[in-house]
This record gives sequence, C-alpha cells and structure tokens, in this order.
Amino acid sequence: MKENEQRLLDAIADMKEDEALALAKAMLDGGENPLRVLELCRNAMETVGKRFQDGEYFLPELILAGEMLENIGLMAKPLIQKGGAAAAKKHGRVLIGTVHGDLHDIGKNIVTFMLDINGYEVKDIGIDVPVERFLEEIRAFQPSVVGLSGFLTLAFESMKETIEAIARAGMRDKMKIMIGGGQVDETVCKYTGADAFGNNAMAAVTLCRGWIEA
Amino acid sequence: MGADDKNLIGQRLQRVLDAVALKRPDRVPVAFHTMLWYAKYGGISYREVMYDYDKAAALGRRAILELDPDIYSPPQQFTTLGRVLEAARFKQLQWPGHGVGDNQPYQYLDREYMKPEEYDDYLFDPTGFWLTTYMPRVLGAAEGLESLPALPGYFYMRLVMGTRAFAHPKVVQAFANLRAAGEVANGLVAALNEFTREMDGRGYVLGQGAVSIAPFDLVGDYLRGARGILTDLYRRPGKVLAACEKAIPFILKAAISTCKASSSRFVFIPTHWAPDSFMSVDKFRTFWWPSFRKVLMGLIEADLVPVPLWEADCTSRLETIADVPPGKAVYWFERTDLARAQSVLKGITCLRGNLSPSLLNTGTPEQVDAAVRGLIENIGRDGGFILDGAFGIPDEAPVENVRAMFKAARKYGG
Repeated sequence: MKENEQRLLDAIADMKEDEALALAKAMLDGGENPLRVLELCRNAMETVGKRFQDGEYFLPELILAGEMLENIGLMAKPLIQKGGAAAAKKHGRVLIGTVHGDLHDIGKNIVTFMLDINGYEVKDIGIDVPVERFLEEIRAFQPSVVGLSGFLTLAFESMKETIEAIARAGMRDKMKIMIGGGQVDETVCKYTGADAFGNNAMAAVTLCRGWIEA
Repeated sequence: MGADDKNLIGQRLQRVLDAVALKRPDRVPVAFHTMLWYAKYGGISYREVMYDYDKAAALGRRAILELDPDIYSPPQQFTTLGRVLEAARFKQLQWPGHGVGDNQPYQYLDREYMKPEEYDDYLFDPTGFWLTTYMPRVLGAAEGLESLPALPGYFYMRLVMGTRAFAHPKVVQAFANLRAAGEVANGLVAALNEFTREMDGRGYVLGQGAVSIAPFDLVGDYLRGARGILTDLYRRPGKVLAACEKAIPFILKAAISTCKASSSRFVFIPTHWAPDSFMSVDKFRTFWWPSFRKVLMGLIEADLVPVPLWEADCTSRLETIADVPPGKAVYWFERTDLARAQSVLKGITCLRGNLSPSLLNTGTPEQVDAAVRGLIENIGRDGGFILDGAFGIPDEAPVENVRAMFKAARKYGG
C-alpha cells in the first residue's frame, strides 16, 4: 500500500475527519482511481467496525465514520467510469425496519451500518413500517434475515403482529427473524415469535453470520 | 381524615426518607410512575387520557388508591399534556391526534434544532438565543419573537423608544399566543395542584416536584439532535463542553424554583445520553458527567433529592457516577442490573427500579410476584431501595400484572 493510501486509511479509522477529506480530495485530484479510494474507505470502515466490536468505538465514531464515507463518496462517484461499479456484496440479504407505531431509528441505523460493513446486502425500509409494507418488501427483496427494530414497549405488539403476518403469508420458514431495541429481551423474543434478539449491533452481525454462513 | 390516615402520611414519607438516607425502613417502599397506562387501566384511548383532565385525574386517583404506592407521579405531569401541546403548537413532539394515532404514545422528534454555527449565539447570550431563535423554532405560539431586537443595546431615551419593539405586529401576536398557551398551562397546573393536595392529604408522597435534565442531554436532544451532538464530540468538542457548562445555572434555577413551589423534595431527571453503548467511558467522563454532577450537587445543596433515571444499561458508568455524597440522591436504573449497581453504590445512593417492561407487559401475575420477591431478596430490605418498574409502569401493562406488582411489594417488602 502506498504511503498516502495508508494515511487515508488511518485518518478515517482514527477519526481525523479534516485530514481524511483533504487526503481523499488530493488523491482524486491527482488522478487516483476513484474505485481505489472507495476501496480504501471500505477497508477503513472495517477497522472502525472492529474497534466498535472491541468496545473502543461507540456511536460518535460510527456516525462520524459514516459521514466521512458519505462525503468522500460524493467526491469520488462523479469520477467513476461507467461499468466500474463496486464489487457485489459477498453475503446474504438482510431486510431491516422499525415496526409500526415506533419512530426511533438510531439503533436500526447502527445495525444497518454494521451489517453493511460486514458484507451483507442490507435494505433499510425506515421507521413506523406497517405490517403490509414489511410483507411487500420481503416479497420483493427476498431476504434471508429480517430485522425488526423498536425502542418503545408498544413495539412488542407490533413485532408480534409483523411476525404473525409473515407466517400467515407463508413466508416464515424462508427466513430468520431477529429483533432488537431498548426494551427487547429473551421474554419479548419468545412473546413475538422471533428466532433471536440482540442488544447491540454486533449481536446482529453475529446472528447473521450464524444463520447465513452456516 | 381519620387517625389512621394521619398515621399513614407519616409512615409513607418516613419509609421513603429512610430508604433515601440508606436506613432500614419499616418495609421496602414502592413507587407508582407511568405515562399513559391510565388509558389501559380505564379502557379509554391515549388521546382521551391526554386531553381530558377530569377523566385522567379520576383514573389517577383510582389507581393510586387501589395500588397504594408510597410514592406516586400524578397524571398531570406526563399524561394530560394534549391541550397545552396544542395551545403552544409544540413542534418537537408528535402526540395522539397530532402525527400519531389515537392509541400511540407521544414521541419526540429528533432533529437539529440548533445549527452548529449557533453554538456561539447560545454561548454569548442564552436568554436572547432562547427568546428570539429557539422558542420560535420549537413553539408555534412563539413565532414572531424573531422580530425582537437585541435589547441590551438600548439605554436611556433609546430604551424608552425601544419599547416600540413590543408594538411590532408579529411580536404582539406572539405574546398574545404565548399568553393563551400560558393560560392553558395554568389550567393544567391548577389541576395538578388540586390532585397533589388531595394525595398529600391521603399521605402519598409526590414522586417529583420538578423534572430536570442533564446539561449534555439538553444540548444533545433539544438543541443539536443525535447526529449533531455525536459528531460535535469530534468536530467541536470545546463548544459542547462550553454549552453544557453554560446551561447549568439555568437548569438549576428552573428545577429549584419549580420544586420548592411543590410539596415534594424530589427532582426527577430522566437521562438520555449516559448509557454504556452510546460513548466510551472516557468520553462519558469528559463530556457527560462533569456538568451533570454540578447539577446534582446544586440540587443537593438546595436541600432537594435528585432522582436521575439512568436509562438503558449504565453498568460501565457506575464507578464514575458513584462520586456523590452519601444518602442524598436516588439512582433509578432502567436496565442496569441492580445487584451490580449495588455492589458499587452501596452506602452511596438509594437505588430504584427495575421490573422489566417485558415481564410487566407479557408475563403472568405469578411471574411478576416472583420477580418482585427476587428483587427485594437480592437488593435487600436494609434501606437504599425503592421498588419500581424499569421505567415505571409501561403503557401497555395488563392491569392484573400491575396489581400483582404492588401486592407483592407489600407481601415481601417487610
């Protein structure tokens, strides 16, 4: 790896935003292949994800890293030649959304981010998602795993309803369902009929690994 | 009032004060706190219970008399907010009939309510920023106050002539709207006072005379929004710290004056950005805790009892937050394991909590009974413990489970 490439990787991983953006800009201005720059960003994200997993990084770092990636992406994407699209994701598909009645999204966004940098193709269908919309999205996207997110206690019922509707639609055995959010625990998991629950974003990654790559 | 009632008044208060002072009470006190569970209890909609003071008060009275807690939260603090929210045209919340359905709880809208470049405006003149920028932004009723000038620039005859700012049509309209909203708020406070006077008379201890906030949470939730505050920790850490520091005297003045006007010494402080999973212990110690500790100390010095509700799991924070004088605060934990909390905080703060909402919502009365027994046996009857839900009674909890909780508290608490 070239010296400036390593510096870009380190700057992103070490949360030096100004330096990272300046380095990326200089590399792109100097004619560096934009796909290479984005690949470096992805590598840096893996380091960020690892530090998150190790308990060194938390929400501020994930969000800042996400914004750095977004800004570098904005600089790089117009320079990408046609046909040079980024490599396809290696692993399976995960559909994720916050269940109906609940407007919270921080936890869901972090799970989406962590699954994404761990190589899953994630479709995030937003907050306050009605049961019917989950069914439509599942039919269209054909995920291996569905993640239901919710912060409020009302989400227990919404998760249960969503999972029951998936079962009624005859799709329950085609996927694993995981739930997560502030109040979710083993009791809620049983109550809703989910396959598993998680209390943090790494739990979601671990669950998907167990289910998809087994 | 009979002699028994008078006796009970002293008993419940003494029980609670003993628990706070880490002395063994006659039995473990139990608290009743909820937001919208009254609707479930009374078989009416969230919307109805948020708008109808009389119905809410009747349900609150019935619930308290039936459940017989030692400490209670009145329905006028977190429930009957509909009319005031509407009169103020509050923009930071969605509530039944306003953005969410009639049977959905009110929810905060996480947005950027202060731009990053406005930190300096806040730091230079918090009152001016509040009056002419922040209030019009979050209260529809305050729209128009942007037209007020920078008043400290007016003096002598200029000050006299400066009164014309208050004749500006937009300002006139804003003050008229705010007055109307304030009168609705006064109506709610009158209902609150009537309710708490009655409960004081019956010997129930008002759980909070005021609601306060951690400086970091004020800046994070109500000014910058989640994305803003979290990235500010890297982009403008000095501004975050300065804004937290600046907010302290304002937070203290509001909480102390409100609480002193009530019959309670307890100040309820739901915390938002403290949990383990939100930031590293280092960042917590740098950005979150120091200004909050000053708020806690300011309340304690004013002879009030802060009751922070440590939301989510705060296990990694326990050693840090143990730095308060003994017997002066109640730490209410939502998901932190109470036995773990006690291992660090024993002899320092009274603990409160924390029957899980999953149990209260989906368990059976027998399971609730067993969980109450387990908590009391684990955390102990020797003082320093108030039994409650993790975040009070969840809105959806079946009534029989709530009854089981209070019954078990009396059965095992002695």
